[in-house]
Amino acid sequence: MSEQSKGDLSLVALTKSFATFTAVHPLDLTIPQGSFFALLGPSGCGKTTTLRMIAGLEEPTGGRIRIGDSDITETKAYQRNVNTVFQSYALFPHMSVLDNVMFGLRRRGDKDAKAKANEVLELVQLGQVANKKPTQLSGGMQQRVALARALVNRPDVLLLDEPLGALDLKLRRQMQIELKRIQQEVGLTFIHVTHDQEEAMTMADSIAVMNAGRMEQLGDPATLYEQPRSTFVANFLGQSNLLRARVNPGGTDEMVTVRAHDVDLEVSREHLPDGVGDVWLGVRPEKLRLGESGGPNHLRGIVRDVSFSGVATQYSVEMPWGQELIVIQQNDGSNRATLGEAVTVSWAAQHGFALDASQDAEAGAELVDDHG
Amino acid sequence: MSWIKRHLITFAAIAVLIYMLVPNVIVAAFSFNDPKGKYNYNFNEFSTAAWTNPCGAQGICESLGLSLQIGVIASLAATALGTMIAFALGRYRFRGRSATNLLIFMPMATPEVVMGSSLLTLFLMLGVPSGRTAILIAHIMFCVSFVVVAVKARVATLDPKLEEAAADLGANPTQTFMRVTLPLAAPGIAAGALLAFSLSFDDYIITNFNASPSSITFPMYVWGASARGVPVQVYVIGTVMFLLALIVVMTGQLISSRRNRQVA
Ligand SMILES: Nc1ncnc2c1ncn2[C@@H]1O[C@H](COP(=O)(O)OP(=O)(O)O)[C@@H](O)[C@H]1O
Ligand SMILES: [Mg+2]
Repeated sequence: MSEQSKGDLSLVALTKSFATFTAVHPLDLTIPQGSFFALLGPSGCGKTTTLRMIAGLEEPTGGRIRIGDSDITETKAYQRNVNTVFQSYALFPHMSVLDNVMFGLRRRGDKDAKAKANEVLELVQLGQVANKKPTQLSGGMQQRVALARALVNRPDVLLLDEPLGALDLKLRRQMQIELKRIQQEVGLTFIHVTHDQEEAMTMADSIAVMNAGRMEQLGDPATLYEQPRSTFVANFLGQSNLLRARVNPGGTDEMVTVRAHDVDLEVSREHLPDGVGDVWLGVRPEKLRLGESGGPNHLRGIVRDVSFSGVATQYSVEMPWGQELIVIQQNDGSNRATLGEAVTVSWAAQHGFALDASQDAEAGAELVDDHG
Repeated sequence: MSWIKRHLITFAAIAVLIYMLVPNVIVAAFSFNDPKGKYNYNFNEFSTAAWTNPCGAQGICESLGLSLQIGVIASLAATALGTMIAFALGRYRFRGRSATNLLIFMPMATPEVVMGSSLLTLFLMLGVPSGRTAILIAHIMFCVSFVVVAVKARVATLDPKLEEAAADLGANPTQTFMRVTLPLAAPGIAAGALLAFSLSFDDYIITNFNASPSSITFPMYVWGASARGVPVQVYVIGTVMFLLALIVVMTGQLISSRRNRQVA
């Protein structure tokens, strides 16, 4: 374990302020060696700035950066064993693909530069174009050259700044799988910056969700999705139905009841933050069922919208107090409803989560851009 | 008829090309003339005399040598200075940047007669003797502007991310400059250097103000000789200079097209 954690990257109260405003508020984060880590957040939340500080391209205004036991905060970019895949690729246009990939090895006087470069070009399936100029390649190929150029140096940490942002949807999906495969093959620490929550969730072992220069929550994709700790995370990672509720006193060790619009509903105690009275009770649309499910949580409403999308159908169910709940049902033949029908919506207590009601229920919802 | 219509652009291009090249062709042709009398205005008889003895006219090769020497030194100095200025202006924000940007244009905008005479005044005041040194200083001064303009245009198109990428890959600032920045700026620098050389080699007005009897440049020689009849050797040198320029430009074209079209 001590061997394992030798190359962990730790950020300690890392801060960056520009003249008029703070792009990254004191950030504490430890990224285990060899993990595929995603930094997820809407545009402008400080992801690139964080990455550039790790690379040494931006000077922090406070805090420390460590890799294992060595503090690299004061070292220059060219002295750090950290490499970046730039969003714009930043390939050297006057050099061949092979020379681009060999650039880092040559700076370190590596005797096997050519063999290593060719090997990595094979890994990213670009062996055939080694002698071409970057401008002669397609966007997807350039992206892989940029990846190869960074990978070949076997850095302690590989930084990827929205590496797939410029690719079309199909190629992006393909490259997500490809990147994941390569990371598992080489075993290096990858920090992948993205504003695409689906991309982060499919690829990363753990995700740090950032918002307005602060880290909202850190966790593995399933935990972030099932147990968001803020309305921002609940809305930015997928959709959430949030009901205004008040915690009833008492309850058991496992369960707590909350009162939402004169209905008592149950939620697992572990999904309730300590010491709050007013909460948003959240349930994911696919956790809701049309019809009774025998559990304690059910609400009655009227179907106002039905949209069929093949695998599933999305319903909008209006509650007596006017709020519309989104319900997603698998098209497995059961639980159909028609427009205008009065229905019961139910869910299991452990599928709910409660969030402090002092937060904006809409936080993060408007920032999600759909890539389909 | 429609054939003519279709090739109208080709005809126009050929006509323009002929218009531009006629003087050079005439010069080349008359370099093989054996003129009757002192004026080389009528083709008299074919002769290679001037080609076999290019220094045959008195003082011509001394003036050519001086012009080449001044041209090379001035263009090298102006290129070095101008490149540094262009990078400073293109890359950094500093006090007086916009003023410098404006002042750089002044030598290009000032009439040469004005600049020549004011330089002479300045040199007299400072006690710089007329002659080769004064000419060199003057040439470097006006060449710098052109180099700055050529290099700055190139620097503006360089992606600063490329230098960050080089640093990210372990290149220190010197290596980054030598391996990434300089090669990418090279076409602009080369263009600036060539421009500086031809401007210096060609200059008559400013040079004339600051020359001494012992520093007769080639343009001054030709001007002086034209009153008495230009020796055929001048036509020979003119033809050679034209061919050299042609070779340099064509080589440049070849290199850049090969760069862009290199196939595995
Ligand atoms: N050099 C700079 N000067 C001033 N503000 C900056 C600078 N660089 C970035 N910012 C600001 O910092 C914030 C975070 O930027 P960035 O890290 O690029 O966000 P992200 O990569 O998450 O989209 C943005 O609001 C941006 O405008
Ligand atoms: Mg960014």
